Amino acid sequence: MRKKKSRLVQQEIKAFYLFLSPWIIGMVLFTGGPLIASFLFSFTSYDIVKPPVWCGLSNYKEIFSDKIFIQSLKVTLKYVMGAVPLNVIGALILATILNQKVYGLSIWRTIYYLPVVTTGVAVSLLWSWVLNPEFGIVNTLLQKIFGIRGPDWFYSERWAIPSFILMSIWGVGGPMLIYLGGMQGIPTQLYEAAEIDGASWWQSYIHITLPLITPVIFYNLVTSIIGTFQVFTPAFIITQGGPNYASYFYVLNLFKHAFQYYHMGYASALAWILFVVVLILTIIAFRIANYWVYYEEKR
Amino acid sequence: MRGFRVQAKIKSKKVSNILVKAILYVIIIALSVLFAFPLFWMISTAFKSNEQIFAEPPIWIPKPIVFENFSNAWNKLPFNLFLKNTIIITLTATIGIIISSSLVGFAFAYLEWPGRDIWFVIMLSTMMLPAQVTMIPIFILFTKLGWVNTFKPLIIPAYFGGGPFYIFLLRQFFLTIPRELFDSATVDGCTSLDIFIRIALPLVKPAISAVAIFSFMGHWNDFMGPLIYLRSTEKYTLSLGINMFRGYEGITMWGELMAVSLVAAIPCLAIFFIAQKYFIQGITLTGLKG
Repeated sequence: MRKKKSRLVQQEIKAFYLFLSPWIIGMVLFTGGPLIASFLFSFTSYDIVKPPVWCGLSNYKEIFSDKIFIQSLKVTLKYVMGAVPLNVIGALILATILNQKVYGLSIWRTIYYLPVVTTGVAVSLLWSWVLNPEFGIVNTLLQKIFGIRGPDWFYSERWAIPSFILMSIWGVGGPMLIYLGGMQGIPTQLYEAAEIDGASWWQSYIHITLPLITPVIFYNLVTSIIGTFQVFTPAFIITQGGPNYASYFYVLNLFKHAFQYYHMGYASALAWILFVVVLILTIIAFRIANYWVYYEEKR
Repeated sequence: MRGFRVQAKIKSKKVSNILVKAILYVIIIALSVLFAFPLFWMISTAFKSNEQIFAEPPIWIPKPIVFENFSNAWNKLPFNLFLKNTIIITLTATIGIIISSSLVGFAFAYLEWPGRDIWFVIMLSTMMLPAQVTMIPIFILFTKLGWVNTFKPLIIPAYFGGGPFYIFLLRQFFLTIPRELFDSATVDGCTSLDIFIRIALPLVKPAISAVAIFSFMGHWNDFMGPLIYLRSTEKYTLSLGINMFRGYEGITMWGELMAVSLVAAIPCLAIFFIAQKYFIQGITLTGLKG
């Protein structure tokens, strides 16, 4: 009996290594190790060719007095503050509309989700074509229908960030689909009970739907904050950070330091600052979540 | 009297309901047009001649439909090669993601091991880690290994865990399988590996399809990874090829640029249409557990 048990235990151990060794190696090589390494690199001057030289806090000092860094942070915050609320709230409204037992739900859902499927370089080029100041269809239509001379969009210092925000709203189908999943998971008995009690549509929306999907709102909020901070491809493709650094996003600056100038130490410090900023925002979101996010266990 | 009033109330409620519904449909349809329009415009531009592209007033549907944008673009750069490279990277990385994330997801769902729940939380929290924090040391590692300008940096990491989102998704699906199924198999003398391959995997096919689709789209559209690691033109992916084409052509050849963009977008669109069911199931699950 005892022998049998030990064989079982041995089997469990074997299974453990079999299933988890790739993940453990991955965690060490591609997550944990690099996390520590980039922290250490951030205190060095390192160009890959020569070994890293310890330089204390000088990268950080240099960063905080660098005008381009300040500009990139400003631009990114502006973008985040525009894109995150518009996407999180816009997606909620869209999901609410689609959740009203409309005909052809799957068709509408597909149409709103399509832009999310096509991301990357192709979409960036598409938007720079649609919003082209001279020949783009948006400005052509503005001129024809309203007689307005449209802005220069990506080519104008003032309109560059709003253009990127507009482009980000096109991807609102992503969070929308997650909301819809949450809304469809709410038991219908709750609505039936509310209807019997004479609740209006708005009342049951405010008192049943919204509280029950607050965890989903929270999920979308956090993932959206993290995602928008890391915007890179559209800026790299469309504006290269211009005009006059008006769309010089944080990660674009980091990318240039790391892979064009090979300032690996400096870029690592930039990465850690980004990490800390995102972490602080996430912690704040979690703290505030205690006041408005509804979890069933707490009932 | 009372009954009559209630009836009248119901009637007026019905009328206003119809009105509300009508407004809803107007909004839904108007928004659909707005959302679908850019993609429509991409397709339309790709099949127009230059005169049609810059015509005033704008031409909505190309007439005649021309294919010169495609042939011109293909004559200028080896897009077939870029397409081949993208397919190789996307497929081999996706296979890696499926294998490793299903192994790990299963281990988090059914195997007992010390610290499992703590590690699960740690793994989930790595989802919030910006990729830029680990990107530089990983680049240095691959540089020292001599893997720059090969596909390896874009493929090999997929075989080591597959990423927290996929592991999470698969774990949730594995947890929906009744445990008794595994217990009785264990009594019958099956090892964990047998259970995994013969019982668990076939039962989570929809989840694996969802992971496959997500991973396919992620790798297909990836730009920063290839931009960092691939140097010579013959190694380029479609994303890099289009980026190169943009620089090389100037920004005026809109027909050709839209033609290559369309080709880059089509596989993802096609897969989305074919496998929509699994895709939406996968996303919906994240919402439920959110």
